[in-house]
Amino acid sequence: MEKSIYMDYAATTPMRREVLDAMMPYLTDEFGNPSSLYTLGRRTRGVIEEARERIAAFLGADPREIVFTSGGTEADNFAIKGTVYANEKKGNHIITTPIEHHAVLAPCHYLEKRGFDVTYLPVDEYGLVDAADVAKAITDKTVIVSVMHANNEIGTIEPIEEISKVTRDKKVLLHTDAVQTFGHIPTKVDVLGVDLLSMSAHKLYGPKGVGALYVRKGTKMVPVMHGGSQEQNRRGGTHNVAGIVGFAKAVELAEKEMDAEAKRLIELRDYLIGGIVERVEDVRVNGHPSKRLPNNASVCLNGAEGEAILLSLDMENISCSSGSACTSGTLDPSHVLLAIGVPAEVAHSSLRLTFGSTTTKAEMDYVLEVLPPIITRLRAMSPLDASWGKKC
Amino acid sequence: MYTEKVMEHFRNPRNVGEVENPDGVGEVGNPTCGDMMRITIKVKDDKIDDIKFKTLGCGAAIATSSMVTELAQGMSLEDAEKISRQDIADALDGLPPQKMHCSVLAADGLREAITDYRSKHPAEEG
Repeated sequence: MEKSIYMDYAATTPMRREVLDAMMPYLTDEFGNPSSLYTLGRRTRGVIEEARERIAAFLGADPREIVFTSGGTEADNFAIKGTVYANEKKGNHIITTPIEHHAVLAPCHYLEKRGFDVTYLPVDEYGLVDAADVAKAITDKTVIVSVMHANNEIGTIEPIEEISKVTRDKKVLLHTDAVQTFGHIPTKVDVLGVDLLSMSAHKLYGPKGVGALYVRKGTKMVPVMHGGSQEQNRRGGTHNVAGIVGFAKAVELAEKEMDAEAKRLIELRDYLIGGIVERVEDVRVNGHPSKRLPNNASVCLNGAEGEAILLSLDMENISCSSGSACTSGTLDPSHVLLAIGVPAEVAHSSLRLTFGSTTTKAEMDYVLEVLPPIITRLRAMSPLDASWGKKC
Repeated sequence: MYTEKVMEHFRNPRNVGEVENPDGVGEVGNPTCGDMMRITIKVKDDKIDDIKFKTLGCGAAIATSSMVTELAQGMSLEDAEKISRQDIADALDGLPPQKMHCSVLAADGLREAITDYRSKHPAEEG
């Protein structure tokens, strides 16, 4: 197969042509600053408000509840720091999970160093949080609970609706990082019951560098990005007009196509996972079998190292990802795999294939054809056999 | 991030396997850290007559293992012992900084194989 096969949609997605076309005028002639009072500025202000309405409607929210950001990381930082700093009189306690994206974990670690208490909820073998554990962890000092909608590595979808029953009852804020789900599975804020929800455009065929945070009306926040009066004084900085327009276009397309696409991808996902388990021995499937992102396959291929698998697949023109230490930039394997109880030596063998609009069954067949010999080759090179540690 | 030389050794690693009835065996790394390597050597006239490796690890771990066997082949034990991590990295036209520990592993594996040989053949040492 000559064509290159992209299977890292959880990392980023290709921007759609329709999105680029929608953005182009705002990268060229329509360059006005939306905060300017003259016609040129008023026109771009108008398109931003249209985009806000489009995204709000998709979430079942009010447009005033949408704050545009530079992406998912900023949205997560704003959700956590913005609420805890605004509620310091109430308390200093944050509840989250050990499997969050670094965009949530790193702000939590930062706040811990500055006197905030953070509780990391237990997760089961699939990475699922139990709402009962949330109830137990909440104290009168708790300001916010942050649980991701779906995990970016293992694909498990968290029971946000159940968790929100607890947080509403106990009157604490609930944030969800929906970067992996927004535009892929339903994310109506009133169904989920969340107060804050993070989104990123480039995960749904939109541009990089733009995202948003949904902030339920009445939620006390302080800005994290101090500056001008944009976004109702909640986020300073000249609007990324083209990015916001592209984001809204991507949402418009997702709204039309999401349900059918999810159904198609679930079939492909189960075909791929089933095929890998069938063709490769000693495979561990990571994440929940059904409460799972439609486009995520995560496996550990024991006895082969993740980066070596990834490089070998790249040689076959397949782009994908791994949670091995060698790909994380540290010496530790994925914090997510360790948190769900995967032993470190197994976690090093992880492989994540995430797919999307361009993925076909033929591509899955190609992966299933080339992966087994790669694993056989790498395992044959491994010294980890019965004689390991015994010398001759 | 890898040089063409690293990728070439990853694609076509030299001297994979184990020599028969080895004179020295070096095992380094552990499964938890993710990289493991076994070097087996055959020694003749105080020189490395045959050398093979088996490695579980990333692209750099495999390429450095392959390179160390290529460098050490035919060398006197004294010289082979002096192969440094930098020598291995240099021979591969460099390694990304976070991968330098892989070349440490390869150098250590070879040294351990030589030490193992010496512990078993003390009389043959001058």
